Amino acid sequence: MKEKIYIYRAFERFWHWMQSLLIIFLGLTGFEIHGTISFFGYRNAVAYHNIAAYSFIVLIIFAIFWHFATGEWKQYLPTAKNLKAQINFYLFGIFKNAPHPTKRIVLSKLNPLQKLVYLGLKLLVIPVMVFSGLIYMNYRYPQEGGGVEGLNIGSIEPVALFHTAGAFLLLAFVIVHLYLITTGTTITSNLKAMVTGFEETENNEETERLKETENYNDNKQLSEVTNG
Amino acid sequence: MKKIVISLTLFFFIIVFVISSLIPKEREESKLNLLKEKIAQKKAIVHHDHSRYDILKKKFNSPKEVTEACMTCHVEEAREVMKSNHWNWESPQYIKGRGVVYIGKKNAINNFCLGTEGNELACAKCHVGFGMTSSKTFNFKDSTNIDCLICHDNTETYAKAPEKGGAPVATLDLSFVAQNVGAPKRTNCGVCHFFGGGGNNVKHGDLEKSMFEPNKEIDVHMAAEGSNLTCVDCHITKEHNISGQMYSLASSNRNRVYCEECHTETPHEDGILNKHTLKVACQTCHIPIYAKVNATKTFWDWSTAAKLKNGKPYEEDDADGNHTYLSTKGSFKWGKKLKPEYIWFNGTASHYLAGDRIADTTQPLILNPLNGAYSDLDSKIIPVKVMITNQCFDPVYQILSLPKLFSPTPGEGAFWTDFNCLRALDVGMKEIGLPFSGKLSFIETKMNWPVNHMVSTKENSVKCNECHTQNHSRIAGVKGFYMPARDSNSIIETAGFGLILLSLLGVFVHGIVRIYSSYKLKKRG
Repeated sequence: MKEKIYIYRAFERFWHWMQSLLIIFLGLTGFEIHGTISFFGYRNAVAYHNIAAYSFIVLIIFAIFWHFATGEWKQYLPTAKNLKAQINFYLFGIFKNAPHPTKRIVLSKLNPLQKLVYLGLKLLVIPVMVFSGLIYMNYRYPQEGGGVEGLNIGSIEPVALFHTAGAFLLLAFVIVHLYLITTGTTITSNLKAMVTGFEETENNEETERLKETENYNDNKQLSEVTNG
Repeated sequence: MKKIVISLTLFFFIIVFVISSLIPKEREESKLNLLKEKIAQKKAIVHHDHSRYDILKKKFNSPKEVTEACMTCHVEEAREVMKSNHWNWESPQYIKGRGVVYIGKKNAINNFCLGTEGNELACAKCHVGFGMTSSKTFNFKDSTNIDCLICHDNTETYAKAPEKGGAPVATLDLSFVAQNVGAPKRTNCGVCHFFGGGGNNVKHGDLEKSMFEPNKEIDVHMAAEGSNLTCVDCHITKEHNISGQMYSLASSNRNRVYCEECHTETPHEDGILNKHTLKVACQTCHIPIYAKVNATKTFWDWSTAAKLKNGKPYEEDDADGNHTYLSTKGSFKWGKKLKPEYIWFNGTASHYLAGDRIADTTQPLILNPLNGAYSDLDSKIIPVKVMITNQCFDPVYQILSLPKLFSPTPGEGAFWTDFNCLRALDVGMKEIGLPFSGKLSFIETKMNWPVNHMVSTKENSVKCNECHTQNHSRIAGVKGFYMPARDSNSIIETAGFGLILLSLLGVFVHGIVRIYSSYKLKKRG
């Protein structure tokens, strides 16, 4: 029996797509500033990169608020359970049409690998990018008096190197992430879920069982489960 | 649902606020307009009419009589002139590691005509005085030796005679000139400063005859259709001390002229550009090229001088009419529309002075090293013209040797009349009071000439990616700091691009295997 479950809420989808647009835009302008590509023109690239950066920070502030207000932050708590099974799935099972080892449900929509990678992004890569970026943008050359004394660091080099390293990690993430979209139940089911919020999935006992629990009923108003 | 709508709306408002606050404001234009207004008011000041004074209407028999007439009113001014570098041809300069030394045209060495000492009769054409046959014997205390008119003539008829130690041309109507004096015009400064080194634009590269009447493309400040500034509009002069100095002679960070005096330290509408001003001098971006109209000398080889054709000196010219060879001076290279070189500079310089032993003769000798570094808070990146010369050097004493070049009478050993190198060096060094071993060698010397004029329109200023680029950055040679786009860390680049390549490869291989295995699974049914 197939069913559609509501898995990504409106803000979450909005956040995701805004974030993806901003990261791609920041990547394009950023690698132009780095001298790798040339597209917008250097001066525009710098101006656009800074605007996008501040927009991204605003988005992040809202996302953090949302994660704590809804309790969704718990989704990213790392777990060893099924971690090996998930790795095995991507390495072997996927080629044999084996079922996903972890079912996507409202309460646990991320598989253990996702939990790890996204937590890494949220706790390491994004903060490094935000803080090195803020220093980069607000950096003042060493000077006597005036300016922000705290930012009177001798050289922008270490900041720039962290920022560049982070950019490479993000780009690698985007490449793999884009590919993994196609590894859902069907080629497009992951993409559809992030667009509509609904994921079409095989019904299974766990979801049925969860339906009985209190938590699930709390979320039911939002998730409008439809049996197909 | 309500919460989401509210937070979404709030989010959009913040985005709009951020974007609108980052959009540049129209500030620059009004700031510039205020400046232009100020200039216009300054230009409206009418200068004192001297033609009504009887003392200036008489017939003057010698230029000194004019000076005496001037001094019937301008006593204090004469004293001021006698304190100036234009008069003294030297000033006390502090050189780090050396202390205070008196440097000026009297004793400085350059890599053009090398130095004035012993050649004053010719060189003093550009002295604000009369009768300098030698700086050793010239009476610097006699105020009647002052040449007021070379700077204050407003008729554009006054001219100095060549090789007469600063005396004017004999046929001038001095009375006419004396009645029409005023603040120095571009022509007054230009007759000397545009022709230094023996011809138009030989020395500076950014000061030459096209600057008499430049258009906006040549110099945005001096263009008649623009602000029409004269030299002394920027080189503010108080008590005959003209602000500004050249580091061919100067070494102290004082009496300089800064663009910031009018334009402030944050003249741009774009905050990112304003951040540059702490480390990048205005000239660096706003003078993309110099020698815009006529070529400037970039290379001089003294070692080829003294060749004669049928016992006579000769010259060779290039297509533009610039000398490429002179028997008197050697061979030259010229350059037009040149990109400057760039260097850290904190406003102080050092100098090679006559008699200094050259420690390392295998390297080019820099005659006026400019001090500065990224780590130095006072340093900025400035554009310079670098002049390279192959010049005489005494391999025994390891010092630069300076020949006697000019003498009106043949047989006195002057190189330009007798063409005998060793004799000219012998006489020349004797006049300076330094030893000469009799041996002649040549050494490559370099001089840094900061480029400060020929400011382009803002549309033509240096673009971001002329410096911020991995390939042929204008400031590729300016070290000591990390610059976005020019610099990167090879480890991070290799690891980064390696990671990207691996990701693409991994995704590609994984995808292929997936397609293949699903095809096989299907086939198996």
